[in-house]
Amino acid sequence: MGNDNLKRTARAKGEILLEMRGVMIEGESDDVWHQIVKGIDLTLRRGEVLGLIGESGAGKSTLGVAAMGFARPGCRFNGGTVTFDGIDLLKASDEERRKLRGSRISYVAQSAAAAFNPAHRLIDQTVETETQHGVRSMAESIADAQDLYGRLRLPNPTTIGMRYPHQVSGGQLQRVMTAMAMTCRPDLIIFDEPTTALDVTTQVEVLASIRSIVEEFNTAAIYITHDLAVVAQMAHRIMVLRHGKLVEEALTRDMLAEPKEVYTKSLWAVRKLAKQESTTDDLILQVDHVDAAYGNAVKILDDVSVTVPRGRTVAVVGESGSGKSTLARVVTGLLPPSKGSVKFNGSPLPPALPQRDKESLRRIQMIYQSADTALNPRHRVYDIIGRPLTFYHGLRGKQLDLRISELLKMIELDDSYMDRLPGEISGGQKQRVCIARALAAKPDLIICDEVTSALDQIVQEEILKLLLRLQVEFGISYLFITHDIATVRAIADEIVVMNQGKVVQQGQKTKVLSPPYPAYTELLLSSVPEMDPDWLTNLLQKRQAKAK
Amino acid sequence: MAEAVMDKKVPKARRSKVATALRELKKAPLTAWFGMIVLAIYVLFAVFAPLIAPFKEAEVMGDAFMPWEAPYYLGTDQLGRDMLTRMIFAARNSMGIAFAATALAFVSGGLLGVLCALLKGWFDQIVSRLVDAIMAIPSLIFALMVLSIFKQPTATNIILVIGIVDATRVFRLTRAVAMNVVALDFVEAAKLRGEKIGWVVFREIVPNIMPPLVTEFGLRYCFVFLTISALSFLGLGLQPPTADWGLMVRENSTLITYGDITPLLPAGAIALLTVAINFIVDWFLNKTSGLRDGQ
Amino acid sequence: MHPITRTILHRLGLGALTLFIVSIVIFVMVLLLPGDFAKAILGQSATPETVQAFQKEIGLDKPAYVRYGNWIAGAVQGDFGKSYTSRVGYTRTVAEIIMPRLANTLFLALMTAFIAVPLALALGILAALHRNSLFDRVVNAVTLSTISMPEFFMAYILMLFLAVKLRLFPGLASVDADTEFFTRIYKCVLPSLTLTLVIVAYMMRMTRAAIINLLASPYIEMARLKGISKARIILRHALPNAWAPIVNVIAFNLAYLIVGVVVVETVFTYPGIGQLMVDAVRTRDMPVVQACALIFAVTYIGLNLTADIISIATNPRLLHPR
Repeated sequence: MGNDNLKRTARAKGEILLEMRGVMIEGESDDVWHQIVKGIDLTLRRGEVLGLIGESGAGKSTLGVAAMGFARPGCRFNGGTVTFDGIDLLKASDEERRKLRGSRISYVAQSAAAAFNPAHRLIDQTVETETQHGVRSMAESIADAQDLYGRLRLPNPTTIGMRYPHQVSGGQLQRVMTAMAMTCRPDLIIFDEPTTALDVTTQVEVLASIRSIVEEFNTAAIYITHDLAVVAQMAHRIMVLRHGKLVEEALTRDMLAEPKEVYTKSLWAVRKLAKQESTTDDLILQVDHVDAAYGNAVKILDDVSVTVPRGRTVAVVGESGSGKSTLARVVTGLLPPSKGSVKFNGSPLPPALPQRDKESLRRIQMIYQSADTALNPRHRVYDIIGRPLTFYHGLRGKQLDLRISELLKMIELDDSYMDRLPGEISGGQKQRVCIARALAAKPDLIICDEVTSALDQIVQEEILKLLLRLQVEFGISYLFITHDIATVRAIADEIVVMNQGKVVQQGQKTKVLSPPYPAYTELLLSSVPEMDPDWLTNLLQKRQAKAK
Repeated sequence: MAEAVMDKKVPKARRSKVATALRELKKAPLTAWFGMIVLAIYVLFAVFAPLIAPFKEAEVMGDAFMPWEAPYYLGTDQLGRDMLTRMIFAARNSMGIAFAATALAFVSGGLLGVLCALLKGWFDQIVSRLVDAIMAIPSLIFALMVLSIFKQPTATNIILVIGIVDATRVFRLTRAVAMNVVALDFVEAAKLRGEKIGWVVFREIVPNIMPPLVTEFGLRYCFVFLTISALSFLGLGLQPPTADWGLMVRENSTLITYGDITPLLPAGAIALLTVAINFIVDWFLNKTSGLRDGQ
Repeated sequence: MHPITRTILHRLGLGALTLFIVSIVIFVMVLLLPGDFAKAILGQSATPETVQAFQKEIGLDKPAYVRYGNWIAGAVQGDFGKSYTSRVGYTRTVAEIIMPRLANTLFLALMTAFIAVPLALALGILAALHRNSLFDRVVNAVTLSTISMPEFFMAYILMLFLAVKLRLFPGLASVDADTEFFTRIYKCVLPSLTLTLVIVAYMMRMTRAAIINLLASPYIEMARLKGISKARIILRHALPNAWAPIVNVIAFNLAYLIVGVVVVETVFTYPGIGQLMVDAVRTRDMPVVQACALIFAVTYIGLNLTADIISIATNPRLLHPR
């Protein structure tokens, strides 16, 4: 393969592969065009991995596909140039662009489940690019694809391709897609949040296989994500984007060591918070050997016991399917347990919601992950906060107005917000209103279900600080459900680790977070990416050593 | 300082709602404008029919099938009644009866749909199966069947029958839309607060399903209007001497074979109205779907 | 059991349940008839004896569930009882009234479907592929107007121009059992054209929406980003997933054809089942009304069931279970 040799020497020189100059892209919504990418320069050399990081609406994904000369439906280029290996992609004909795509630049999408055609086998989709571009014969392609499956550490590489997309797991599908992107040995691969939809333990495996295969073939890559710790493992260089503009660009190690911009620093704001833990024997909530299931299906909760001390925070951590949200549904009465009991303030709670009286409903309040759906978009802030005040405490007229004003002050908003609809305030403010609604009931316990996961880092920090302050002021207890270890460090007194419907461990934060760990806790904790470029390398070495 | 600034902003935001509506109206495409103007004229005629029409609704003026000459600008019908007068009165009768039937369909079908989405379980199962069954009979066929029970179809009968048949379609849509809303956390939050079902339905769910329902009202109104016209045309709708467009087509249909276009007038009146409403609805649909993309 | 078999059986069961409820709804109609209805049927001159004999004849002396059992058992074998127009010594069974009419209607419907389905699918797919083009906009505006018009308006316009003014086709579609095949087609041109105009508009709009929806799938974007050619994207990536939506569109519109048939047959005095039902409703010939309603409902349910089963049988998730 002389061609391969040629490529490798070219890469060694590190010549410029992709050059984007002043790229502008606008998108249409409601007949109005607005700018999504506002003039960005980007240079990528052969074999280099560039991380694009930013929060929602930063334009990073739009910029990513722009590197292929592609604008999504409803978007268009309105300025700048994209030059790939000397070819001006924006001036090239459709046919020229089509020939480059898949063969020399390929793409790995965020949601593998949606990006695979449900009607065809994985192997047929994997080899489609190379057979269609006439790179190889069918038989060679299949052999090569199976080889790639093996390199990406997929189980049964020779047979897994015979399956259909819905027959394999999300993590495996993401690796098959990486294999599909690699088939033509492209010069450049765009990874568009390839691990965002995965659990942390699965994420580690996918990250490791993507990184090793990109290194192996010396492929240049653009890695798009919102998670700085993830991109630190993958990229040589990082570009931070915000509102379609470049905020900061630096080599990965330099950026982690000394970020220059305030915004960049805020990206790991939550990681700097740490609550001093404390404890008490006075229990507000006792969940006692509870089993729960939906319908007659398998148990979602299996003999779960959890306690919450008064005025403290208990964080429940686990991956999707661990049963942590179901635990909240049992406590609130939405899902009566099939076995076991829930005690509140020492006395048993009726299992089902309709059996509970107003007083016990008032004492347990709930805050949801998505403030967008937790607030009725047709109610004004005044009504949202006012309703529990009238409903539980019978406040009306002037008294009601005064109390609403007080509550707004507690969540650091002023009276002008009373008249707003949820659509007219920001995500962080919405979550504050949700907190005020819960506070209005004067509860003893607030269940927080992933309350910060949908928010940008800097807003997460503000919300966590607010929750901590309210706990100190009013002695509220929190049952805090999350999958994020940094959030746990920031807020918890005690930690409950859950896995597949069972409690793995409950204990003081420092105890749970330090060795010796039960096996699952160890796996979970070690899989959380850290702000250290060598974290993944060290972890893989450690795991390998242990396996031996 | 900040508070003072904020205070001023709030009323502005509210005023801008009217302004936004006006701006939207200005941006409306030609077809939508055409639809709105036509609809306005129809409504005017319907409301002020007795004032505008030159003669009385069922008054016999002269010979049958007189030509288009003053004072009978559109001629006379098969009994010698003034065609123009009857066209105007028919606007009131045909539009009114269709409106009543559609309103009935929305109130009954809509409420039942929300309740099914909220309560789920056996209640939903029973109602949904029954609705499936009624929907398996095409609405015109169902209406024909039910009307065969009555000796003479009356306005009330027609409104009831068509209203109930159409309620099944409204039920389907409302249930589907409400299902999406019921799954949202604020409905769960209201339940956890201990709210009664009335609050949950009318304060939490109904305000959020109104936009698609308003559009649907336009579409269903057209459909109901066409179904009732078809019934009248078949002689099973409003009975003579009431003026009704569908009925007028039937009464004068023989003229077509002589190449006279008079029977096409009431038929055209129906077509123009439904086209107008469809144009407005189409504009609404495009606008709301565009908004959804933007968010 | 294979999930496909299970899902199809489940669907068939639901269809049977729907049919059962429909048959009860149709049957209950007769029970709702007012007491003096026999007199209305037989005419004012009817003696109390004839009224009683008639009531016995139609089984009013038996309990409702027995009558339902008899009715449905007969219906399954194609026996819908006797028409109320039967008199002593002159029996007319519902079946003998309906059968030739049903054949006529099926002929008209098939002829329409033959033209309308391919035409609508072609127009719909073209409009979807060339979204927002001039062609798309024109077709959109025209079809939006067409679906807003009552069938009889369209029918009379066609009649006025093509039959009265240009004298190309007969204005009345009078056929009988002896009419030859090609004469039959010739006489059916106007009713069929009217129906075609009505359902092509619906079907084309729905096809367009379904295809646009399909082309927005992430796997179509992925195929484009893989550099697959346009033709192959449509044939290989879109088409295998398009069967379910397209079949549903066809079934829905063929079912809609049924309603159009009633009005169009009346306009062109075509001796089909729609016109028969209208006449039966007017004379309150309940056995005929019930039989017609049942036939319409069975057709409707049958079409939808077929569409559902085809959707299930082409669903890869069910074809290849985990």
